[in-house]
Amino acid sequence: MTAIVEVTDLTKRYGSLAAVDDASFVVREHAITGLLGRNGAGKTTLMQLITGQELATSGEIRLFGQHPLENAAVLSRTCFIKESQTYPDGFKGEHVLKVASWVFPHWDEQLARELVDEFRVPLDRRMKKLSRGQASAIGVVVGIASRAELTIFDEPYAGLDAVARQAFYDRLLADYAEHPRTIVMSTHLIDEVADLLEHVLVIDEGRLIIDAPAEELRGSATTIAGKHADVEAFSRGRDVLDADSLGAFASVTVAGLTPAERAAAAAAGLEVGPVSLQQLVIGRTRGTARQEVAS
Amino acid sequence: MDDERPIFLQVAELIENQIVDGSMPEGAQVPSINELAAFHRINPATALKGVNRLVDAGLVHKQRGIGMFVSPGARARLLGQRREAFAEQYLRPLLAEAAKLSIGPAELAEMVRQEAGSAAGPAGVVGTAPHV
Repeated sequence: MTAIVEVTDLTKRYGSLAAVDDASFVVREHAITGLLGRNGAGKTTLMQLITGQELATSGEIRLFGQHPLENAAVLSRTCFIKESQTYPDGFKGEHVLKVASWVFPHWDEQLARELVDEFRVPLDRRMKKLSRGQASAIGVVVGIASRAELTIFDEPYAGLDAVARQAFYDRLLADYAEHPRTIVMSTHLIDEVADLLEHVLVIDEGRLIIDAPAEELRGSATTIAGKHADVEAFSRGRDVLDADSLGAFASVTVAGLTPAERAAAAAAGLEVGPVSLQQLVIGRTRGTARQEVAS
Repeated sequence: MDDERPIFLQVAELIENQIVDGSMPEGAQVPSINELAAFHRINPATALKGVNRLVDAGLVHKQRGIGMFVSPGARARLLGQRREAFAEQYLRPLLAEAAKLSIGPAELAEMVRQEAGSAAGPAGVVGTAPHV
């Protein structure tokens, strides 16, 4: 396994607030890694640190094995597409693409033109005059057509409608399959990208709380529903992420059940169901203490 | 893709279903990893894992530089496996539910006969297996 990004004991403080709090992880080569978490959890700060746009308070970052700060050798291999990117005054879409073609050594001009057509982006208008969705689409075009060895998308879809987002995921996946590269995608539209991810990082209040293969997280939590007393009896002493009840009926989300425990719940007459990655992340980052079934 | 089971297993099963129902006969070319990834909107590594499962089981083989193909005898082997799994996947849940309703084996057998008689469509129609 080659690590494209290596982060060790990384902390970034703004005054008393630790935006990133002692995080350690690696981003594997040629994988699509999801960086998930709530707004303000520290995702953007983390990506800015990785790409040398912020100074760490403490800890180590290696990008392609090197320190990223003002290091053109590694930053030229990296494409960082962020939400609400600002551009110089008077810049039009065509200027953005022109600059991108100079900056990124693997830039594919033909692909860029195809994507511009598909996303219906006007290139002859000033970036400041574009709608949010149109400006986001330009970012997405650059992110895909740059074919950078490391491409980081920080919630790149502001203002993109569902059709355009699906086109983005499909185009990214197809081009990634043909030209494998390392992709980090920060998003809170988790359900939309869950099946694209190979690895998942979840950050909550600056701390890395999940670092696992996506496949491992699938099925790592279970919903158990049924009669209140039965559900309560089953979930007692277990890792309950969420609980809800309606009259005599109750439902809980439980982490870490073995197949045998699931079978036992089903045999006891309880409904056993899957939990999506999005539900799992919500359960893990809700911020409230683990709940008991209300009795 | 459902949320419960690993995606690579579901990819493998979808191809197995097509081998069993004859829509992907022996010798037929299996979609490429990238085609599978694009169609199912999944990570190519996941699609590869699913196909490798079929390769390891000898149901599909790779021809270098050309693609992947359904192996000779794949359908017969899958049918054999499914027959073996039939009791566990279908009969046991059926019997468990029947027991809850106080339907004994004899009555159940009669119900099966009647249902088969009333549903006397073309013989040998292969249904899609429900998830267990």
